[in-house]
Amino acid sequence: MSGVRVLVGTRKGAFILTSDGKRDKWDVVGPIFGGWEIFHVKGSPVDPNRIFASQSTSWFGQLIQRSDDGGKSWAPVGKEFVYDGTPGTHQWYDGTPHPWEFARVWHLEPSLSDPDVVLAGVEDAALFRSSDAGESWSELSGLRGHGSGPSWQPGAGGMCLHTILVSPADPGRIFVAISSAGAFRTDDGGATWRPINKGLHSEGIPDGDAEVGHCVHRLALHPSRPDVLFMQKHWDVMRSDDAGDNWVEVSGNLPSDFGFCIDVHAHEPETVFVVPILSDSEHYPPEGKLRVYRSKTGGNEWEPLTKGLPQKDCYVDVLRDAMAVDSLDSCGVYFGTTGGQVYASADSGDSWAPIVSNLPAVLSVEVQTLA
Amino acid sequence: MIRVVVPAHLKTLIDHHGEIHLKVGDPVTQAAVLDALEREYPVLRGTIRDTQTLQRRPFIRFFACEEDLSHEDPGAVLPAAVVEGREPFFVVGAMAGG
Repeated sequence: MSGVRVLVGTRKGAFILTSDGKRDKWDVVGPIFGGWEIFHVKGSPVDPNRIFASQSTSWFGQLIQRSDDGGKSWAPVGKEFVYDGTPGTHQWYDGTPHPWEFARVWHLEPSLSDPDVVLAGVEDAALFRSSDAGESWSELSGLRGHGSGPSWQPGAGGMCLHTILVSPADPGRIFVAISSAGAFRTDDGGATWRPINKGLHSEGIPDGDAEVGHCVHRLALHPSRPDVLFMQKHWDVMRSDDAGDNWVEVSGNLPSDFGFCIDVHAHEPETVFVVPILSDSEHYPPEGKLRVYRSKTGGNEWEPLTKGLPQKDCYVDVLRDAMAVDSLDSCGVYFGTTGGQVYASADSGDSWAPIVSNLPAVLSVEVQTLA
Repeated sequence: MIRVVVPAHLKTLIDHHGEIHLKVGDPVTQAAVLDALEREYPVLRGTIRDTQTLQRRPFIRFFACEEDLSHEDPGAVLPAAVVEGREPFFVVGAMAGG
């Protein structure tokens, strides 16, 4: 029977939540790596038993863990993320040059075709690749070296490369997003890159229409239309129909167009989910109501999804990597909150129920659809 | 044997929850103890000191015999009580509250 495995990264460990295809009863395993910050856990689309986890603390640094048995057991793999060549500098908060310094791995993106290949997005912003299942890592340094790198400047959350999307149609095409530099694309497997931020407007930077400097929070695409991208920016929900060459705002009737996460329905490429957050200074939902907003028109027209979600006194946040969808016939949607809840919907967002309610603050949610 | 105590996060990482006992050749220095610790548990490389520079990580301290040895020369011989196994060498994660 089909089922799902939800991989949850939190401030104090990882959790694995499993259910059958009905998605109404759940087994909860964890904390795994208790006490450690788990920024991201993601499984290989090729081999679902292979799962990678980013484990770190400010005290003890970075580790990468790998499981080859679906999360039952784990082993540490390579954790040396060394910038290629002389790292150089980027802009510091005060505008002075600051050396590139590795802090942590924010996001792990296993290959769509090779279980031994995985990409890692790190802080300070850079993209690394492993072709030996995480044992060793090398930087795709064309990203930092494409020209604008020295002008990148961190946002309040650090200068992190947090989003990696590999085109299902072309493995050489990769999209990444960096806070607060913007979105970038390679068409040659990571050798050369260019910014793809035309159409973005940000009020928090001196030139609101600049080529780089935008605080992109998250990108999403549907596998059947890999050139259609959706973006949750610091403010504004955006859409591109040409692989990021041009963007238009599709915030429409959202109660707030600030937010972090965004995802696309597994079977309906024009159905998009976001969780509006009141503002960049108030990281909680408008009116204390936790609402997922769904657009079935690729943006602009949004409907609130509230059934089963708290509609008063709710002041949690939903972070950028904390939403995912499964690919069962009735698409499941999942998100985690900084209050430690992980909510699931087995009906494309029409109704919700918490899987767990009292985890540490949730940093990331991924889901594996199991045969 | 040199007795070493590591913080809870690292105990979890190496799945060893008591004192660690290490054979360390003379001279028994901070660097020699950490070298032996990392040989015994390779996963600890990079968690206590930088893998390249061998500098102590910022939020790590070294205590022994009720003294803070964090700023001592890594090549200096440790106190006799540690060398003779009467006192442990503590690797400590700096305290943080909230």
